Amino acid sequence: MVVPVSNVRESNSARPAETELIACPQCDALYHVVSPPPGERAICARCHTVLIQPRKGAGLRIIALAVSVMILMLGATFFPFLQVSVAGFHNASSVFDAALAFVDGPMIALSVAVAALIVLIPVLRAFLVIYVLAPVVFDRKPWPGAIAAFRFSETLKPWSMAEIFVIGVAVALVKISDLARVDYGPAFWMFAALVLVITVQDGYMCRWSVWKSLDKDTHK
Amino acid sequence: MSGAHVVTARERGLVACTRCTRVWPMGQETCSRCGSRLVSRRTRSLQRVWAWMIMGLICYVPANLYPMLRTRTLFTTSESTIIGGAVEIARHGSYGIAVIILIASVLIPVGKFIAIAYLALSLRRQVAMSAHGRHRLYEVVEFIGRWSMIDVFVVAILSSLVQLSAVASINPGPAAVTFALSVIFTMIAALSFDPRMIWDGPEEPRP
Repeated sequence: MVVPVSNVRESNSARPAETELIACPQCDALYHVVSPPPGERAICARCHTVLIQPRKGAGLRIIALAVSVMILMLGATFFPFLQVSVAGFHNASSVFDAALAFVDGPMIALSVAVAALIVLIPVLRAFLVIYVLAPVVFDRKPWPGAIAAFRFSETLKPWSMAEIFVIGVAVALVKISDLARVDYGPAFWMFAALVLVITVQDGYMCRWSVWKSLDKDTHK
Repeated sequence: MSGAHVVTARERGLVACTRCTRVWPMGQETCSRCGSRLVSRRTRSLQRVWAWMIMGLICYVPANLYPMLRTRTLFTTSESTIIGGAVEIARHGSYGIAVIILIASVLIPVGKFIAIAYLALSLRRQVAMSAHGRHRLYEVVEFIGRWSMIDVFVVAILSSLVQLSAVASINPGPAAVTFALSVIFTMIAALSFDPRMIWDGPEEPRP
């Protein structure tokens, strides 16, 4: 739970000085943190940004989900994704092939970008999250660079576009449905599962709790 | 709740870390917890917002003029632009997909340009929309911007899949690159915007 800092001075001094103060990153409203019970969310009263959402056992679950992201992505990247056949000609394409679709000629940069957005960044984020949370969950000192790692993972968040790729597949299917016969490959289902796992994982992530656990003061 | 005055970190002489939400005394330069740079308001970011947005706008023009896809079947070669492709799909009866493409590739990018410009301008002058409304608009822009990448991914999927020697092949056109750049630039523009300035009100000149 969070309590807004009141503009009356007395009420502020009445509180113990060591209560943590946090500010909403979206609107700068100031709050006292009152030990948040698991399962409850603290939401900014002014702009409704979720500030804190601790869940019991979230750390271990996030790690488990991140491991599944990495395994699923490995399969989803290299197994055939879609198969197309026209008049006896067949072709199967993996996510890896799709990422390399622009390799010919001057569009190679786009290939790199597409590969990064749909494969590399989601995997890298999963890896960073494991690196950051694994020691925390087992009550160890955070591994070196954990703070930078989590910061990097948060920076990458808007650039992880696996779920958009799945919608892209749906559109692509319709576009060629009258040109050729299209079948799903095993990787399609892996990718669909992957998107679900990433979504669930994000739901468990409470940035405030992670930062608090990485705080240097708590590991002296 | 909206009626009550909200105390901000800035009013208390504090600067908030936008990444880990912790507050520090004004003047501190980096967050001691997460190492992010601390700025009470990213006032100069507004120039960056405009710059990225204009870059996005410039890239969006050729993205619509040049072909996105080159489809070659046994006897014919056809090129389709973003809008042309959507029209073609609609002609085949898949109205739902045509609408998705039009929303993702036309409505969202154009709406984003307008929304970002409006938000940036609203910081300098009085506008009709409330801070709540503008903040909601900002959240929508930030959330929805990534979805414009759909068309780029569609091109990537089609051009890797449909490579059937002489029978049919699909290759990316130059618009794929400029469209992807346009989406990326506008995403950076939205990320450069500091939503805390929406709540400050236009009358406070900030250092």
